[in-house]
Amino acid sequence: MRIFIQQLIFGIQLGSLYALIALGYTMVYGVLSLINFAHGDVYMVGAYIGFYACTYWLPFQRLSADPHATVMNIILAVVVLLLSMLLCGVLGVVIERFAYRPLRNGLGITDAHFWGFAIALPVAFHFHLFHRLSDGAGRFLFGIMWFLLIGMIVGYALRPVIRWISLRTVLSPSRLNALITAIGVSLLLENGGWLVFGPNPEFIGTMVPEKNFKILGGVIINSSQLAILVISLLLMLILRHIVLYTRTGKAMRAISHDIDAAKMMGINTDQVISVTFAIGGALAGAGGMMVGVLTHVQITPLFGLLPGIKAFVAAVIGGPGNIPGAVLGGIIMGVAEAFVGGSSFSTYRDAIAFTILIIILLVRPAGLLGRNVTEKV
Amino acid sequence: MKGTYMLATGILAVSLVLCGYGCRSHGVKIGGPGGLQEIPVGDFSSLTGDTATFGTSTHNGLALAIEQANAAGGVKNLPIKLYTEDDQSMPDVARTVVTKLITEDHVIAVVGEVASTRSLAAAPICQQYKIPMITPASTNPAVTQKGDYIFRTCFTDDFQAAVMAHFAHDQGYKRVAVFKDIRNDYSIGIAKIFEAEFTKLGGTITGEQTYQEGDTDFKAQLNTLKGQNPDAVLIPGYYSEVGTIARQAREIGLNVPLLGCDGWDSPKLIQAAGNALNGCYFSDHYFSKDIKDPAMQKFFADYKAKYGYTPDALAALGFDAGNLLVDALKRAKSLTPSDLRDALATTKDFPGITGKITIDANRNARKAAIIMKIVGEKKVLYKVYTPEEIDQ
Amino acid sequence: MRILMLRVIAILVTFIGLYMLSQFVTYQMDPYYFQVLIECGVYIILAVSLNLINGITGQFSIGHAGFFAVGAYVGAAWTMIWQPMVVERYSFLQMGTLHGDILNLLIALILGMTSAGMAGFVVGLPSLRLRGDYLAIATLGFAEVIYVLLLNINSVGGARGLNGIPTLISSGNLALFWVFLFVIISIVLSRNIMQSVRGLTWLSVREDEIAADAMGVDTTKVKVTAFVIGSALAGAAGVLYAHFLTGISPDIFSMNTSILITTMVVLGGSGSVTGSVIAAIVLIVLPEVLRFLKNDRMVIYSVLLIVMMLTRPQGIFGTKEIGFPKWRRKQPKTEGRSA
Repeated sequence: MRIFIQQLIFGIQLGSLYALIALGYTMVYGVLSLINFAHGDVYMVGAYIGFYACTYWLPFQRLSADPHATVMNIILAVVVLLLSMLLCGVLGVVIERFAYRPLRNGLGITDAHFWGFAIALPVAFHFHLFHRLSDGAGRFLFGIMWFLLIGMIVGYALRPVIRWISLRTVLSPSRLNALITAIGVSLLLENGGWLVFGPNPEFIGTMVPEKNFKILGGVIINSSQLAILVISLLLMLILRHIVLYTRTGKAMRAISHDIDAAKMMGINTDQVISVTFAIGGALAGAGGMMVGVLTHVQITPLFGLLPGIKAFVAAVIGGPGNIPGAVLGGIIMGVAEAFVGGSSFSTYRDAIAFTILIIILLVRPAGLLGRNVTEKV
Repeated sequence: MKGTYMLATGILAVSLVLCGYGCRSHGVKIGGPGGLQEIPVGDFSSLTGDTATFGTSTHNGLALAIEQANAAGGVKNLPIKLYTEDDQSMPDVARTVVTKLITEDHVIAVVGEVASTRSLAAAPICQQYKIPMITPASTNPAVTQKGDYIFRTCFTDDFQAAVMAHFAHDQGYKRVAVFKDIRNDYSIGIAKIFEAEFTKLGGTITGEQTYQEGDTDFKAQLNTLKGQNPDAVLIPGYYSEVGTIARQAREIGLNVPLLGCDGWDSPKLIQAAGNALNGCYFSDHYFSKDIKDPAMQKFFADYKAKYGYTPDALAALGFDAGNLLVDALKRAKSLTPSDLRDALATTKDFPGITGKITIDANRNARKAAIIMKIVGEKKVLYKVYTPEEIDQ
Repeated sequence: MRILMLRVIAILVTFIGLYMLSQFVTYQMDPYYFQVLIECGVYIILAVSLNLINGITGQFSIGHAGFFAVGAYVGAAWTMIWQPMVVERYSFLQMGTLHGDILNLLIALILGMTSAGMAGFVVGLPSLRLRGDYLAIATLGFAEVIYVLLLNINSVGGARGLNGIPTLISSGNLALFWVFLFVIISIVLSRNIMQSVRGLTWLSVREDEIAADAMGVDTTKVKVTAFVIGSALAGAAGVLYAHFLTGISPDIFSMNTSILITTMVVLGGSGSVTGSVIAAIVLIVLPEVLRFLKNDRMVIYSVLLIVMMLTRPQGIFGTKEIGFPKWRRKQPKTEGRSA
């Protein structure tokens, strides 16, 4: 019984994290019907921002050296959380703006500048313009300046090219295209991560004091795990408020219902989609940062791959586009994994996610809470 | 039908044109000695991918050894040229790059790979072309069983696992649980031998749980292991997961010592684990800053001077593999792969920095292993096991 | 009658030509380039067979590595596990001689293709209920389940995989012959399907499934058939690849491989056989050519992929073909027979 309850608690902790990432997937799927494969990589970037903030940017004190630093460190950790959410939100918007919007609306002149930067990136690496953040902020910033300059020049040079291409491009409504683009963005973030962050795994040491609480019958709850659970729930509540009670949330729901009708009603769909990506990115960033800082797992450029896929499965189980569904799916996945992981079939832990997925897809193709749309002819 | 046929021919032609400029060299020509300006030696390592740290370390060690040999005048008045290929931590890429090294760069020896999976992939190719291959750090026994051209300069998993079993027995542990990485052959192999040896020595294996490379949550499995009340837990995995496992074990109240193998050896281990690994042990190659050996200390200094950071055991193994190769090249009757093979096979008491290397009949190195203890946030040398002690 | 004669001659010429080419290339070519060439061939089979499912029938399968793995493992299981069991009783199965090797390879191919085809049938069934993204996820899930299963089955080596598979396809210098025989089979099959009456029903499922259903097309049968044929060909690619590499491990069949094959189809132009072939060659040769770029290589690759999708969403070839006779030049009746 003790073990059962303990596993259940682990499952819910894990599930809350999956739910947090799944929300980003499900919101994007809701408004765009697009599987944003790059979402898991935004989560990875969130973890790296946590790493750099904790190790180089902010004045964290070593707890073992200075026990009085506890309060200060907790405040700093909250700052890191917000920073990570902010930057990942921006990253989400950037991805949408430069990869998915041209797919929807065709290439524009501003895209030329994005591609300018995309070309400048490998060039900058070729000439070793980038320095690791650990090499010091000055050299890092100097490298960034060069990169920006090259990017701008190439961007202006690309403007006529883009104009020429955009006249000759036929927009394709194919889902496969959107999917491959998303995979491309995901690959870009992962491989870019190899270059920027280095291939070696990084670890965040103990920044926030940790404590084990024993509750009834020897069940143990760790303070960090509790923090992850509480913060996740809090963020989900905020999201619920945004979606249900604000104008933007209303617009999101309208777009997910029918994007063309929403456009006709005067909703600036592009802007609302950007906000959706920002919120999704921020949630993923928060998740990545919390996992990195509070559970000390290894952070690699492929950090987001598996959690991303599992969270995505969670979103599908709950019904893509359905926000309570994503949370439910996340919890189901977490609990199922905890129980399978603790049993003698622990090697099949990753398979269980997909087995549940296939079964649910066959029984209820629209997911547990999704509505089944009958096709009109 | 005609169109299809034309299409098929077209495709063949296109692929031939695309790939075909290799026809230049007309057939396989393997590093012949005639008119050599330099001695071509191949190196394939995982410079990118999952295990990039390992590959970078061995590559750096090897490059250092070759550089020092060249600075000392090379071999038979010829400099050694190192051709390095990255296998991206993928076995099928390893196969391709080794073929490239042998048939394109005409190397006369190949040094490569830490991960046994990749060495196993490359070994049949080296055997097929009869090019000696030296693996600096693949510990899986199957690697050198691929043929008589495959050599190893470190100990095997069998030995390492036996050392850990003896050590656990010597420490007085009666009940040991095993937590292994199912995706890692290295981990599976050690777990198997350890279980057999430890049972033979009179101990009990309380249970076995598995995880996968890249997992981040191990609490469910650890909780099950905790329920079995072991005296110690063997985790034959890589440092990248072990740190997290240790932390989570302490979180759920599993406070017994954890035992590990050379996969734990990384400066990042402590960073990952905090003080969760206090009082744990792992077996490692005979390499530590605590060993007061002038050659070892010189290597520390040289490596730090060249690369700017302290070497780990894998770098030392790469360095030894390089030196052993240089030594064999010097002893070889001529610079042909078969003479080189014979020279390698007769290596006896070669003074490597990680111990005296004698290549045995199975082309494995017989070397001592050490047990490192983690005290607080430091690793200290705890015990040394020689092959003779284990054989008894 | 004359058409039949022509056909027989064409087949004979293909066989003899391939055989001679195979002998010639094996002697003349550098092994490294040869390996890349064979890899190109294997991926052409994979891309063309996925194109049957995704491009021609308009389904959305992104788990092709699963079928590839089934074929490779079942084929390798025959040569490494089952054949030694039965060889004592049936001595004609002995390997080592040329005809023995060919016989065993054929058995491995049949077993591999059948089991991959059956897997395709099982995966094809959900396609009756699932559409678009959902089907994509289900197929990806299938490939992942296969991957985890392979990791866990000890008799096929778990994570280490099977090593030391006899190089059956290379005996008699026939590696190129076998691989490109299947390349030609898959291309001819695709072309015949596309130009036959039955194939038109496949295309109609792609263009508008509901309309096709209303016109009396048995969409269920079409979709399942596409899955079965496509996956059986992928299985053949697996058998050939396993017997060429001599060692397979689950890592070769991970999700990245699935994604790579899907990318080939989309990049070449979904629905275009020529496109799939060219894209497969490009995506295999490109990383080798870019090898000198070391770490930047994958970044450039991913950026190229995005740029391609944004500037030419229909792929390199769109749905155009090169080397195929003009659409419907002949009467549909004769084409129907040629299917």
